Amino acid sequence: MMDSLREALNRLRSFFNKRPLDRQLDEELASHLNLAIDENISHGLSPEEARRQALIRFGGVQQAREKQREARGLPWLDVLLQDLSYTFRTLRRDRGFTCIAILILALGIGANVAVFSVVNTILLRPLPFQNPQRLVRIVDLSGKSGESSMTYSVDAFDQLRAQNHSYEDVAGYFAFSTVDNMNLTGHGVPQPITGIMVTGNFFKTLGVQPMLGRLFTPDELLLNTRPVALLEYSFWKRQYGGDPNLVGKAIEIDKQPVTVIGVLPESFDFGAVFEPGTKVDVLTPAIEDQMRDWGNTLALIGRLKSGVTIQQAQNEADALFPKLHFSMRHPEWGPGDYKANVVVLKDYVSGKLRRSLIVLWSAVGVILLIVCVNLSNLLLARAASRSKEFAMRTALGAGRSRLARQLLTESLVLSLTGAMFGLGIAYAVVTYLVHQGSIALPLLSTVKVDGAALGWTLLIAMASAVLFGLAPGLRMSACNLQEALKDSGPGMSDGRKHERMRGALVISEVALACVLLTGAGLLLRSFLRVLDVDLGFTPDHAASIKLDYNAPKLADVGPVFQRILRYVDALPGVETAGIADSLPLSWNRSWGLQPKGQDWRGRNQGSYVYIVTPEYLHAIGLRLIEGRDIAWDDTADKQQVVILNQTVAREFWPGEDPIGRMVEVNGKDTRVIGVVDDVKQSGAEKKVGWQMYLPAMQQWPEGANLVVRTKLPTDALAGTLMKTLRSIDPGQPATEFKPIAMLVDHAVSPRKFFVLLVMIFAEFGLLLATLGIYGVISYSVTRQTQEIGIRMALGATQGRVLRGVIAKTMRLALIGIALGTGASVVVAKWIASLLFGTAPSDPITFTVVILIMGAVAFIAGYIPALRASCIDPMIALRTN
Amino acid sequence: MAETKLDLLQGTLDLMVLQTLAAMGSLHGYGIARRIEQVSGDAVLLNQGTIYASLVRLQQRGWINARWGTSENNRKARFYSITRAGRKQLAADTAHWERLSGVIDRVLAMADEGGKQ
Repeated sequence: MMDSLREALNRLRSFFNKRPLDRQLDEELASHLNLAIDENISHGLSPEEARRQALIRFGGVQQAREKQREARGLPWLDVLLQDLSYTFRTLRRDRGFTCIAILILALGIGANVAVFSVVNTILLRPLPFQNPQRLVRIVDLSGKSGESSMTYSVDAFDQLRAQNHSYEDVAGYFAFSTVDNMNLTGHGVPQPITGIMVTGNFFKTLGVQPMLGRLFTPDELLLNTRPVALLEYSFWKRQYGGDPNLVGKAIEIDKQPVTVIGVLPESFDFGAVFEPGTKVDVLTPAIEDQMRDWGNTLALIGRLKSGVTIQQAQNEADALFPKLHFSMRHPEWGPGDYKANVVVLKDYVSGKLRRSLIVLWSAVGVILLIVCVNLSNLLLARAASRSKEFAMRTALGAGRSRLARQLLTESLVLSLTGAMFGLGIAYAVVTYLVHQGSIALPLLSTVKVDGAALGWTLLIAMASAVLFGLAPGLRMSACNLQEALKDSGPGMSDGRKHERMRGALVISEVALACVLLTGAGLLLRSFLRVLDVDLGFTPDHAASIKLDYNAPKLADVGPVFQRILRYVDALPGVETAGIADSLPLSWNRSWGLQPKGQDWRGRNQGSYVYIVTPEYLHAIGLRLIEGRDIAWDDTADKQQVVILNQTVAREFWPGEDPIGRMVEVNGKDTRVIGVVDDVKQSGAEKKVGWQMYLPAMQQWPEGANLVVRTKLPTDALAGTLMKTLRSIDPGQPATEFKPIAMLVDHAVSPRKFFVLLVMIFAEFGLLLATLGIYGVISYSVTRQTQEIGIRMALGATQGRVLRGVIAKTMRLALIGIALGTGASVVVAKWIASLLFGTAPSDPITFTVVILIMGAVAFIAGYIPALRASCIDPMIALRTN
Repeated sequence: MAETKLDLLQGTLDLMVLQTLAAMGSLHGYGIARRIEQVSGDAVLLNQGTIYASLVRLQQRGWINARWGTSENNRKARFYSITRAGRKQLAADTAHWERLSGVIDRVLAMADEGGKQ
């Protein structure tokens, strides 16, 4: 053991001391010969004969030297270094080839690593919590009315915690927080921040420990207690420069001192897991006693006891949830009609994306294949022109394995260099993606190029090196020494077999590109369909800003809003303005709604609630179909009024006029004064639910969004608008004035993200396939220059030569397109669930793809064909 | 020498070198090669040059030492001598070799008896 270690060390030392050791060996060998000669002379031989005998007895001096070097050093490393230096020399000589190969590889590998990083984070890597596989989301997936039907009341939460046997603990968070729902005050202009209320046991249930400070204590969960907050790591870094002394101090939120009790670890990002596309800054305790009358507000997360399966938990939920009361203070209301699905948290967070991400992953896989095919082709062309070199080296005694190793070294060097640049590209792409806060994908902000990604890079680099190095390697081993050494100048046509191989490569490349393009085309058409969906309102020329307002009593809300709107309406360029507490495609909640005097149990699904001012409908571009808009004198002391959407109105009173009828909103008698269009409240691809609009003068709004309809660009209006709002209320925080279209963008961002990526991949694939066709045809024209020259000398016209080359190109392309289209049909069925309003067999997409591929192939073949037709027979025949 | 010379078995040259140095004390490469040739009665096919691979290998394993010196006829030469570890290794190798050759002897003897029956 010790001996072999010593030997390894000595070998390593010898490897780095070649020169002195060689010199010493030479001296030793010389002395050996001299000693032998001396002895021979003393036996009476002549000096020449003595020397001759000595050399014979010694054997080959050079061999002895080599053997000694092998015995003392690291021979495999020597060979590797030789191969490497030779590789670098040849690659440097072929600079154009090397650059293109590395560029293609870098793009292919970069795309793969970037997508792998995303897939790894969203699908493969466990959530950054303790034992995340035991964490579940407890949620009613059948809920028809948004968040309110997927959440539970505080009383139901308490009963669940007390009565269940499946969970170590159940925790929750307030599901109706909106972005920028708090203001950091005390230092100049109030700064909007986002806070989430979580139950006291939230972090313990997830298994998250604060990086600094501590978690909530029980007395901080009581009514009227000293307010405390935990900060998210990124907020602490950004806002407080990572000041560790902040813990224990108070910051001012909404003009109230709040004590910072801790900072959460960097790995904890509430928004990334629970509210994709938003950035949460502070977490505050949910004071249960304050929330008991708020209705269904808690989103629940449970930690299963060890040994309890999902199915057992589900069985218990099926039995337990229907018995939970909505409110313990009103036992007469009875059980709250609750249901629950128990879903592994990870599946809940990223399950919906599984298919999309796998499609994306496959797409980059196909890209890598195309890259390999392309490089294979390039290397094959190179191998053909290097066949003489290899034959020469074989003749000089290089073994076949040594040559194969040389080729493999070359492809490895290429792919590893490509991988290095690819890693750079992936890093740039991932960094870019992480900072796209507006893409509503879970965990996106936590994506990074990590060790797993590095491993993946190495793996695909090796795999692709073998893959594209294989073809020239195979060709090499089939190469006939004699034939290659004979003068096979560029005028000679290549062997048929060789030609067939290159043809097959081009066909597969075209087919793969065709599949990619079809998939991308179908997804693109789906995306356009989604954008075309009538959302029910008009996002163009409208923008919104979060308002701060001060109204102690409900009776003050109307006048305050009216005053703000009067000022805003007077601004130049403003068409109209209105206020709503909740905008479409953003947060939502729902309340009970049923026609008065009817028993609607069983059919009741809860209605989305929008508390609005007059003119809001106009400002957001909602069509009033019947009746009237809300008016400023619909005040709290008058008749309660409501505007319904068409879906509710039709369901309540099919074929009858709803105007003037009475409904019960949360049990209160309310008169229907109007009917509006349906709005896609939670996404263009989602179904429309019940919706109602209530006057801000009669119901407390949950915050306020000012919506302005204007022909001016948002930026042009933002300054004056902010000045106006500040003049009314100096406490107006520096919230952003955003076009309503941004809400739409946010809602379609996941689909856009996928479409964009798949499109980029498809275009890249198309480009590579084009290059591949061009390369092969152009190469074969070059090889056939002489042959074409002869044919032209014998009377073939230019047109005929041109047609011949193009026909050859199109034959390859058409076979590829046919195969690709066949494969596309299968792939299209596989991605059918990702399509929207587009059939998997969409004839337009298929036709366009076939036409594009055909056209591209034609152009790629036309250029070399033109060159072929311009060959001057005299020159062509003379050049050999 | 009508008979063909014996090819050396893998690893046996190392053993011979160690034994030669153990027996003769300090020797240079030429001396070791000559000694082996003499002892074997010139029956071993030995290119003297191959001894240097063996020497460097033994040296790297720490079984022999080397230093420059002067030969009896005033030639500069590199002298090798066996180390303590080398002697231990030699003992182990010798035992191993004896066991192996003993086994081979017995096996061959058995085949002989079978032939007589």
